[in-house]
Amino acid sequence: MCETCGCGHPHDSSPAHDAAHAHGHEHSHDHAHDHAPPVRTLNVNQPALALNQRFADQNRGWFRAKALTVFNLLSSPGSGKTTLLERTLCDLPGSAAIVGDLQTENDARRLRASGAQAIQITTGATCHLDAHMVAHVLDKLDTSGLRFLFIENVGNLVCPASYDLGETRRVVLLSVTEGEDKPLKYPVIFRTADLVLVAKCDLAEAVGFDRAQALANIRQAAPKAQMLEISAKTGAGLQNWYAWLRD
Amino acid sequence: MHELSLMTNLLDAAVNAADGAPICALRVRVGPLSGVVVEALRFAFEALTPGTPAANARLDIEETLPAFHCPHCNMDFSPPALHYECPACGAVDGELRGGDELELIAIEVPDHV
Repeated sequence: MCETCGCGHPHDSSPAHDAAHAHGHEHSHDHAHDHAPPVRTLNVNQPALALNQRFADQNRGWFRAKALTVFNLLSSPGSGKTTLLERTLCDLPGSAAIVGDLQTENDARRLRASGAQAIQITTGATCHLDAHMVAHVLDKLDTSGLRFLFIENVGNLVCPASYDLGETRRVVLLSVTEGEDKPLKYPVIFRTADLVLVAKCDLAEAVGFDRAQALANIRQAAPKAQMLEISAKTGAGLQNWYAWLRD
Repeated sequence: MHELSLMTNLLDAAVNAADGAPICALRVRVGPLSGVVVEALRFAFEALTPGTPAANARLDIEETLPAFHCPHCNMDFSPPALHYECPACGAVDGELRGGDELELIAIEVPDHV
């Protein structure tokens, strides 16, 4: 059964744990074992994320069919993803959100106050969203008039990096309170970003944020990504963010 | 700790390939840009294999290097960590061609099965 939702999808049948080879017989091995037992090599060549990739491709097809542009938002916990989305959903007509957290419906409730659709995925103990979890909630989405879908991932700069959700573009947030060297400490996730948002810029002075150093670190870890500086609280830079989303 | 779910996937693939045979070894390829910690992968392997056909299996991990291709110089290069620029022209839009993999390459099963 599927570990995510109990849906019975064949991919999570966990055969490893059910198909134990019955070994009731004894192996008599009286001779000394100074040689390695003969083995046969079977080529497999299967990526660990093959299944996630299948669901991601399926999601991507669904998004394309609905003419949706989909953004996967990634950051550490508390970088301001939800606050940014609260404003974005208000300011950008035709937007909706799917939001992932280990527990609580709090974020979806916050986002629904904007009047937009917001669907919560609670992952339990899982530290990331995967494409299958997203696939499961898509039928809850009313896509009439919808243009933009934001997927707010579980706050985590490590695990979500590996999981393609079928998104159109990937956005990684770095808030000024986190320190300038986060991009160097978590290079894998930053390298996958299409856009890096420097968030909570209104707090930069209070926390002694070294802007030049931070931008240089982002450039190094994510050389291909675009970069924008914003404050969801004051609204600074949000017009650039909206322009990027519409682009 | 997504290594636990990733190792579950790798073990499932190994058990399917073994088709009922006990598994002597798994050969897994891990790239530095895969986002996976090899030690955590080994820990997950130890935690997940008891009671399965891979209970006595060896985990062989082959670590790869990042592989990029520069579209301007038509050159392949393997940059040190966090330096993605082409060593010849300095371009940063190199195409990733390897180093982000996490895959089960092969398994070993007893020859007599």
